[in-house]
Amino acid sequence: MIKSIVRRPETGAFAAFLLTYLFFAAATSGNGFVSVNGTAGWMNLAAELGIVAIPIGLLMICGEFDLSIGSTVGAASMILALGTNHFGLPIWPMVFLALAGGALIGLCNGLAVVKTKLPSFIVTLATNFIVIGATMGFSRLIANVTSSSVIASDSAKFVFAARWGQANISIVWWVLVALAGFWVLSRSVFGNWIYATGGNLDAARGAGVPVQRVKISLFVATGTAAALVGILQAVQWNSGNSTYGMGYVFQAPIVVVIGGVLLTGGYGSVVGVVFGTALFGAISSGIFYTGWNTDWIQLFLGVLLGIAVLANNYVRRLALSSS
Amino acid sequence: MTTHLMQLAGVDKSFGSTRALKNISMLVEPGKILCLLGDNGAGKSTLIKILSGYHQPTSGKVYFENEEVRFASPREARQRGIATVHQDVGSIPLMSVGRNFFLGAEPKTGVWPFQRIDTNFANREAVRQMQKFGLTRVTNGEQLVGTMSGGERQVLAIGRAMYFGAKLLILDEPTSALGVKEAAMVLKMMRIARKNGAGIVFITHNARHAMSVGDDFCVLIQGEVAASFSRGEKSREDVLNLMAGGELLSELEEEIEQID
Repeated sequence: MIKSIVRRPETGAFAAFLLTYLFFAAATSGNGFVSVNGTAGWMNLAAELGIVAIPIGLLMICGEFDLSIGSTVGAASMILALGTNHFGLPIWPMVFLALAGGALIGLCNGLAVVKTKLPSFIVTLATNFIVIGATMGFSRLIANVTSSSVIASDSAKFVFAARWGQANISIVWWVLVALAGFWVLSRSVFGNWIYATGGNLDAARGAGVPVQRVKISLFVATGTAAALVGILQAVQWNSGNSTYGMGYVFQAPIVVVIGGVLLTGGYGSVVGVVFGTALFGAISSGIFYTGWNTDWIQLFLGVLLGIAVLANNYVRRLALSSS
Repeated sequence: MTTHLMQLAGVDKSFGSTRALKNISMLVEPGKILCLLGDNGAGKSTLIKILSGYHQPTSGKVYFENEEVRFASPREARQRGIATVHQDVGSIPLMSVGRNFFLGAEPKTGVWPFQRIDTNFANREAVRQMQKFGLTRVTNGEQLVGTMSGGERQVLAIGRAMYFGAKLLILDEPTSALGVKEAAMVLKMMRIARKNGAGIVFITHNARHAMSVGDDFCVLIQGEVAASFSRGEKSREDVLNLMAGGELLSELEEEIEQID
């Protein structure tokens, strides 16, 4: 019983989250870290990262990697800014254009990886530079800016930037994406194919799983999710900027691995990724409440990542040891 | 007219100037086990690839259920009911028995968009099928395949192929990496599959395993059928000598003895 719990991919992330949370709750007692507003604070920090981390998690379980999310976030925000501000277009069509742009970047990544059989690490690293370069270049060409303000309608402001107290609507989006990701990965047929593609590509192909379609679909999902984050940020901050989202390039895979996803693919869970992301939020916000220098966040994350990689390897061996 | 399951008539296969297979003729009947014997490099792998649709013969004819066929892909062969189980089995260690068993043909329940894998059915049915083939140690469909032994994984793979309606099973060295008990389990399973009417091509270089289950035998040497005979027509020693290329084996033994 205990062994079967330890074996689950999300157990480590849950334990790490709980310990970190309790640590900061104790270390900052009375400062409001555990209050409603404090909770909303770390969840806000986690939410937008969480929206990209979940599709990245699925992608990594199927054995691929995406470093282009960072620039996709910025590109989506600039599509919104240039469309509404420079061209004076209504925001909703721009929202769909930005999402379509994200999906298109994902499709290009997916096709390039599947057709060239090159490691997705290098393909999407190239895409990351291409997209941020193109965003900056075209923004300058069109409007002679690399950042610009966004003009949003009330409906768009509600959907992408509503706030209740300190809590941001991004948290709702995060929950929705997490529920969808959980359903797809652990219940749907497609989820079975994701695990199989990452677990043993040849066997999956042999069993009739359309492995190329699985990979391309997940790249598209990742690009679309990154565009959604770009839209959320653009509307919340009332501006678009090509460099939005660069932090996610490594934060997303870090929280995915802390969440128990194997770097080699084939194992992991959405619940784990959610706890990995929550852990990131709790650390980022908790450090702030302690009054320590926020430089320590990076150290914390680095150490956690190291521990997580070792722990995941151990969990995998445990899972494969006979019951 | 009786229905032959699969028949090769004068099949040749060349790769460039290399003739890997020369004038191969053989017959697989439903409910029979044909043992394909041969040393390394005798052309067994090439022959399997022709049977399972990976390769097309350079010349000669292939018949499946009395009908001439030319499979364009392994997928096409699979759709006709030809299942190949390789030595490395092709299961996914970090997935459960139920998920592995039904991979690519998942049973579904519920209506879209809430359609999902019927996990209960998959787990129950996978375990039931494996028990039917004599595997009693696996009782929980949630068990990860990576925790099963090599023989158990063979049973899973063969059981899976049978469940999805395979008429011809091509088993590529299913026993060679296994211990004695495990090999016996797989051999027993082959007998059960035969009783259920499947035709089996059993590729092996273990003459003992071949003799214990085989109905018909076909020995390949350097891309040619060196001998083909039925059960009881030849002794194990004859078969071993044939596989080693004639009388060489006894000479080899003498040479070894001289060293001591």
